Amino acid sequence: MKPQDLTDLALRNLREAILRNALTTVGVAVGVASLVAMLSLGVGLQQLASKRLSQSGLFDTIFVTPKNNFRGMGRPQRDPQSDKPVRSLDEDARRELEKLPNVIEVYPQVRFFTEVRSNNKPYATVVAGMPESSRNSGAFDGMQGNFFTSASADEAILQIEFAKQLSDNPNSLIGQNLILRYAERQAIPAVPPGNSPDSGGPGGGFSVVPKELKLKIVGIVETEPAAGYGGMGNARLLMPLETASTLRAAQVNDLRDIVRGSNEHDKITYASLSVRAKSPSQVEALETAIKNLGFNAFSLLDASKSLRTFFSVFDLLLGIFGSLALAVATLGIVNTLVMAILERRREIGVLKALGAADSDVQQLFFVEAGVMGFCGGVLGVGFGWLLGRAISFGTNVYLKRQSLNPIDISSVPWWLVLLALVFALLVSLLAGLYPASRAARLNPIDALRYE
Amino acid sequence: MSDTQPAVQLDRISRSYQMGETSVRAVDDVSFAVAPREFLGLLGSSGSGKSTLLNLIAGLDRPTSGIIVAEGKNLASLSSLDLARYRRNTIGMIFQSFNLLPRMTLEENVELPLRLAEVNRSERASRVGEALERVKLTHRLGHRPAELSGGEQQRVAIARALVNRPKILLADEPTGNLDSSTGEAILTLLRELQAHLGMTVIMVTHEKPLAERFADRLATMGDGKLLSISPVLQGAAR
Repeated sequence: MKPQDLTDLALRNLREAILRNALTTVGVAVGVASLVAMLSLGVGLQQLASKRLSQSGLFDTIFVTPKNNFRGMGRPQRDPQSDKPVRSLDEDARRELEKLPNVIEVYPQVRFFTEVRSNNKPYATVVAGMPESSRNSGAFDGMQGNFFTSASADEAILQIEFAKQLSDNPNSLIGQNLILRYAERQAIPAVPPGNSPDSGGPGGGFSVVPKELKLKIVGIVETEPAAGYGGMGNARLLMPLETASTLRAAQVNDLRDIVRGSNEHDKITYASLSVRAKSPSQVEALETAIKNLGFNAFSLLDASKSLRTFFSVFDLLLGIFGSLALAVATLGIVNTLVMAILERRREIGVLKALGAADSDVQQLFFVEAGVMGFCGGVLGVGFGWLLGRAISFGTNVYLKRQSLNPIDISSVPWWLVLLALVFALLVSLLAGLYPASRAARLNPIDALRYE
Repeated sequence: MSDTQPAVQLDRISRSYQMGETSVRAVDDVSFAVAPREFLGLLGSSGSGKSTLLNLIAGLDRPTSGIIVAEGKNLASLSSLDLARYRRNTIGMIFQSFNLLPRMTLEENVELPLRLAEVNRSERASRVGEALERVKLTHRLGHRPAELSGGEQQRVAIARALVNRPKILLADEPTGNLDSSTGEAILTLLRELQAHLGMTVIMVTHEKPLAERFADRLATMGDGKLLSISPVLQGAAR
């Protein structure tokens, strides 16, 4: 029989026992819905976690510090393994890192303790410079207000808790100004040898000059991206990196350089540099390359790997639980089709007497099973999506009561829709296997005698 | 196939069934031939093996021994799929209980063999119309079998059997569920169609007077054996 005729006949047969077949189809739909809902939660949670983590910039970023960073004060200033002098993290090093393959950008961590004045009240806080690239990285998605208008704007984004300190109504701060008071580092030329009473000692140094800068508050963000990774606690005031760099504010590493007797106080060195790779998969190779250049390098790649493994197992378990309902629905299809064979025994006999081959009868039952499976799959995907949304909605109602921000814990990507449909169809065809072959094997003479 | 060759040739056909430990011979060593365009009446009491023989000729069953050649095809050599094709293209069947599919309209019932034979959709409507025209039921196209009388249902069954233009029409007690006048009308129609379309008809019946009126020859069976086969003498009675 031609496929169109086969489908016509199958649909007609399904329509004739509409209630039973509809109930069977709903059974499949419930099975698929449970599968889709479970997996949508798994996928949603995974996406949520991945999004939060990628927003944090942790998984494609390598944090580079000199080998003699301030954590290592007191250690010898030579690399014990290579016996080479340790390299400082200066502008040359930054350019060198930028030239490494698969590097998108290298930016310094500009981060310093300072005081902020708002409404004539002082507040101590940590300030951090944000690179222009973080505008589109998703890190500031969902923030109140806007990102900086330009890379060198005198603007600030506040962390919400800090904003709450400044005002009972944090959102009202947007558009207002605050004063940033900071210590500008000014280099003092080294004293020529011989002029100094204790010549031969460390020369030069830098003086610290108090300065002020007016910043316009343009936004409020939940947390600082990559918070706590710079080694100095969370920044609560974010400003454009370029603006922050031009301040030449005294940082922790300046003190370190003084202690270590560096003679290059006019030369900028960095406490750490962030190196962004093109993708997390390139982080490992890049990390090795950076270490080979003589720097400390650190990334959270391993944490990301174990997270992915966790979610794979989590999805698998959710999938198995979701499939249980579909397995029950499969038995429903088998039952419906076996009943149909009993009821339509005579019809099968007539079909064979009129010239239907065994394969025609088999295909007819297969198509009926497939149609039930496909319709159940389509309905199930819809139900599953609704169920996922409902769970998401319920979760958000709960989160709102706890004064927490809403999250989306359910996601039905296109591959899940496709997977659910194919799975429903496949399972239904599998369920139709036995009834179809039983119908095909029916002896036409016995079938014609059947009352 | 030439006219000199029989339309159906049975050569020492037997069909046994195993009933527990005993073997029952439903058809026992039956041989005869049916000429093209002949109307053969197959008579016998219940359990004489006439319906079994008809099913063997229809290719719905296979003989335990012997050879059946229909329209030049040795049925024993045909695969299950080829037998289905043979039923589809060479044979038309009508039954005592009509066997129309109750959920389908008359049009759909008649169209069913065309679907199985994969005839183009465009050609089907005209073929169905033509078949229903022959049995004078074109005005009931959209009705379901339950809305028709027994005689009308059997006419639809005849239209369905004819729609694929078979060479051989097999009728299993076609008047068994009809009153005598309707049965007579059905056989008159069958005879007309046979003459008009040049078909070979083998009709199983236990109503000898009717068979004598319409058949060219009568074969009588008893206990699975062919008891006699002879031409009908009162052909003028038609």
